[in-house]
Amino acid sequence: MADITLNDIIKPENLVYEKTRLMTDKELSYCPGCGHGTAHRITMEVIEELGMEEITIGVAPVGCSVLAYEFMNIDMTQAAHGRAPAVATGIKRVWPEKIVFTYQGDGDLAAIGTAETIHACNRGEKIVIIFINNGIYGMTGGQMAPTTLPGMKSSTSPFGRDVETMGNPLKITELVAQLPGTYFVTRQAVHTPAAVRKAKKAIRKAFENQRDKKPGVSFVEIVSNCNSGWKMTPNDSNTWMVENMFPYYPMGDIKVDGVMVK
Amino acid sequence: MGELKLMKGNEAMAEAAIRAGADAYFGYPITPQSEVIEYLMSEKPYERTGMVVLQAESEVAAINMVYGAAGAGKKVMTSSSSPGVSLKQEGLSYIAGAELPCVYANVVRGGPGLGTIQPSQADYFQSVKGGGHGDYKQIVLAPASVQEMADFVKIGFELAFKYRIAVLILSDGVIGQMMEKVELFDQIPRLTDAEIKEKYPWATTGKAKGTERRIITSLDLDSLKMEKHNHHLQAKYKTISENEVRFELFDCEDAEYVYVAYGSSARIAQKSVQLARKKGIKVGLLRLISLFPFPTKQIQVLCDQGVKGFLAVEMSAGQMVEDVQLAVNGRAKVAHYGRFGGIVHSPEEVENALEKIMIGG
Ligand SMILES: Cc1ncc(C[n+]2csc(CCOP(=O)(O)OP(=O)(O)O)c2C)c(N)n1
Ligand code: SF4
Ligand SMILES: [Mg+2]
Repeated sequence: MADITLNDIIKPENLVYEKTRLMTDKELSYCPGCGHGTAHRITMEVIEELGMEEITIGVAPVGCSVLAYEFMNIDMTQAAHGRAPAVATGIKRVWPEKIVFTYQGDGDLAAIGTAETIHACNRGEKIVIIFINNGIYGMTGGQMAPTTLPGMKSSTSPFGRDVETMGNPLKITELVAQLPGTYFVTRQAVHTPAAVRKAKKAIRKAFENQRDKKPGVSFVEIVSNCNSGWKMTPNDSNTWMVENMFPYYPMGDIKVDGVMVK
Repeated sequence: MGELKLMKGNEAMAEAAIRAGADAYFGYPITPQSEVIEYLMSEKPYERTGMVVLQAESEVAAINMVYGAAGAGKKVMTSSSSPGVSLKQEGLSYIAGAELPCVYANVVRGGPGLGTIQPSQADYFQSVKGGGHGDYKQIVLAPASVQEMADFVKIGFELAFKYRIAVLILSDGVIGQMMEKVELFDQIPRLTDAEIKEKYPWATTGKAKGTERRIITSLDLDSLKMEKHNHHLQAKYKTISENEVRFELFDCEDAEYVYVAYGSSARIAQKSVQLARKKGIKVGLLRLISLFPFPTKQIQVLCDQGVKGFLAVEMSAGQMVEDVQLAVNGRAKVAHYGRFGGIVHSPEEVENALEKIMIGG
C-alpha cells in the first residue's frame, strides 16, 4: 500500500468531477467565498453540456464580474455599465442562430441599466439574462445598490438604508416577470450544494429555451453573497443572506413557459 | 449610371445604408433626422436584403446595440441629432477602445441643451476632439449635398472596416432635410456569415473548438498594456491622418483670401466666392470633406502660395477656426464668421464679413 502515488489515483476511471473546459485556468479575481465564481462555473457547465460553446456569445457587465471574459472560455464582449442587454440585443438580432447571454450584477442591471433591462425584456429578445443580486455594489467598494435591503448598511448608507430618503429595494425580477416579453423568470441561489444544483437546472432551462427558439427572455436571478462588501466571513454572509435576503427575495420560479406561477 | 432619384438627405442616407449592404440599423427618433429610421422602416430592408432595423429605447441603447453587433463582425449603423449624439458618447468611447467598425450620422441642430431643431454646426468639437472620454479619434466626413449623404455611407463603411474605427457622417439640418437629385449606387450584397468569419477573425461569432476565443473589450487593468494599446490607437490615427484627408478647392489658384468651410456652410461660402469675385476680390474656398483627418498640409500649401487670410465660415461660435489657426500657425490672418443657434448665414453675410473682418479689419 505504501507505494501508491498520486499518479496511481489520477486515472480516468477514478474521475468523479472535472472542471469544465469552458472555464479558463486563470485564477478567479473574486473574493474567497463569493458566489460569482460558482455562478460562472455552472453557467459554463450548462453551455458545455448542451454542446453550445461554438455558437455562444457572452456579454460581461461592469461590476465585479467585469472580467468574466477572462474566465469564461468562449467568445465574449465586455459591455458598458448597464448596457449588456442592449449589446446582447445587437448581437442576437444580427446573429439570430447564435446563443447570446448577459451576466450582470444588481447595480448594472437594476440601477444604471434599468431601461436596457426592461426594454430588452419587453421586446422579448431571445436571450438569457443571468442576474447576480448581492444587494450591493461589490466592485466599487460596497456602496448601496437598488437591491440593498431596508436598514442595510453600505458605504453610501452608513446608518442603514433609509427607505424614506433612499427608496425601497427594487424587485426587478418580479417586475420583468410582468412583461409579456419574458418567457422564463426564476430566482435561485448558489450557497449550498442543493441550491447550486437547482440553480444549474434553472440556467439549463434558460439556455434550452433560447436553443428551442422560445419567445422571449429567460431571466435567472441568483441571490448571492458579497462577503467583502457586507463585511462578514463567507459563512456568516451566507447565513445572513438566508435570514435577510431570502424573505425579501423569495426563492423559486416566478414565470415558467410564459405563464406566471407565483 | 446608377438610379436617379429626388430625395431628402436623410432618406438618401437611409437608402444608401441598405445599398451598402448594412446588416443592421439601430436608432431613436429625433428631429431633424427621424426620416432615416422612418424611411428604413417603410422600405422593409429585411425583405430587400435581410437588413435588421430596430427602434431602440434610447440613443444609449442604440449605440450599444451597434457595439454588440459590430463586435460580432456585422456592418451596422445608427444616426441621431445633437442631444442624442451626446448620449451616445460613452458608447462611442467604448467603440474606439475596442476598435469596432461602424458608421453613424449626426444631423446637427442648434444647442446647447435642447436648443433648437434648426440647423447648426456647433458639434464640431464633440465630433473631432473625441466627444467621449479618453484619447481617441474617429473619422469625420462632412457631406455638402444629398449625393454625398448617400455616397459617404458607402465610403464610411469601407473606412470603418479598413481601420476598425467609427466613421461619423457629420451633417446638419440643412443637408438632412433638403431635397436634391441623387444618383444611387448599386446594391452591394451583404456579406455571408462565412465571409464575415473569414474576413474578421477578431469578431465574436462563436469560438470554434481548438481555436482561441475572441474578446471584445476596451478594458485592461494592466496600465502598461493599456499604454501600449493607446500607442497602437495613436499610430492608427496617424496613419489615417496621412492617408485619408479629403477636401476640395474652388478658385484657390490666384486667391489672396480663402474661405474654409464644410457641409452647408461650404455651399454658402461657394456662392459667396462668386459674389466677392464679381467685386474683384480674389477669394477661394477650401471645402473640408474630412474633418478628422484635418487638411493641415493643404492649408500650409495655401500659405506657401501667399494666401493672406483665411476666413473660417461655420454655423457655430467658432470651433473649426481653431484647427485652421493651428494649421496656419501665424503665417496668415485667421478669422471666424458664422451665424449660430439655428440661424443659417447667407452668402451676402459671408461676403460682407470677408470685407469687414478679413480685408478691412
Ligand atoms: C458609467 C459608469 N458609472 C459608474 C461606474 C462605476 N461602477 C463600476 S461597477 C459599479 C457597481 C457594480 O455593482 P453591481 O452591478 O451590483 O456588481 P457587483 O460588483 O456587485 O457584482 C459601479 C457603480 C462605471 N464603471 N461606469
Ligand atoms: S467584492 Fe463582493 S461581489 Fe465582488 S468578488 Fe468580493 S465578495 Fe464577490
Ligand atoms: Mg452587486
